[in-house]
Amino acid sequence: MKDATLQQILADQAAKRAVVLATDLASGDERLVYPHEAGNDPLLGEAQAAARLDKSGVVEHDGAKVFLNVYNPPLRLIIVGAVHIAQPLARMAAMTGYDVTVVDPRAAFASEERFPGVTVMTEWPDDAMATLAPDARTAIVTLTHDPKLDDPALEVALRLPVFYIGALGSKKTHNARLYRLGKAGFSDADMARICGPVGLAIGAKSPAEIAVAVLAQITERLRQPPV
Amino acid sequence: MTAEADNVLEQIAAWRKEGKGVALATVVTTWGSSPRPVGSQLAVDNSGKFVGSVSGGCIEGAVVEEALAAIKDGETRFLDFGVTNEQAWEVGLACGGKVQVFVERVA
Repeated sequence: MKDATLQQILADQAAKRAVVLATDLASGDERLVYPHEAGNDPLLGEAQAAARLDKSGVVEHDGAKVFLNVYNPPLRLIIVGAVHIAQPLARMAAMTGYDVTVVDPRAAFASEERFPGVTVMTEWPDDAMATLAPDARTAIVTLTHDPKLDDPALEVALRLPVFYIGALGSKKTHNARLYRLGKAGFSDADMARICGPVGLAIGAKSPAEIAVAVLAQITERLRQPPV
Repeated sequence: MTAEADNVLEQIAAWRKEGKGVALATVVTTWGSSPRPVGSQLAVDNSGKFVGSVSGGCIEGAVVEEALAAIKDGETRFLDFGVTNEQAWEVGLACGGKVQVFVERVA
């Protein structure tokens, strides 16, 4: 790999821009292909497919074996509710490779002291969602169990192809939530996308343990999506 | 909070800035059970320090040796590891999988 190629990939990563490195495995020749930009690179179609599936691999092109290495921007996790559970969850998710944003309009919760180094937005959740533009590589979890905060976030999330939606709350709270979302016009199939009560059932008690359960469930949905 | 995983490329950039020779090893193909997916990377500097991984630790030693040779001669290398290849390579994968690793100098 050339130093210039390395520097360009690092610049693309800093700019959160997807890039695919194509390397001829016989000659070592390399070039960068940008899957989300127009172009006439003969490998553009295959680079686009690789980026969409987040799957690197070898392709045959003009009799040559070319390795396509996908450098996608990090997965994202949006946490609604700067509550106690959000503190360990933000740190664990960052270690797992997620860019984390915490959303909470209540300034006392969303303080720098409680979330050092974390991107915190104090807009209302629906406004924050519009800014963040969640996509298929984004997970969203609501933790306030206050309908005024959770519901607007869930209503936005359910209209988007995000790969995970989780909502904290007991079965009773969750049933009440589903009733409200149903009244708002969402179908049973829509609402089945919400993981609630949130997290894998591992008997988690402490905020950190609940964060483990939530991150485990997010990982499961990412790596073993329901068919 | 920014994602922390996989800073192999950043480590390479730091080593290069210090003027070190560096090689990069990348998993390009896997068959069967393999501990690290295609695209996983390991970087080696000219003193043998390494970051990242291309397996669960089974083949790193052999890959580092080849990477050091690549830093010296600048040639790319294509390495095959697997249980069926024990004659070709001293190390195999206990898990029964196979991996191919591409090794190149960063320059």
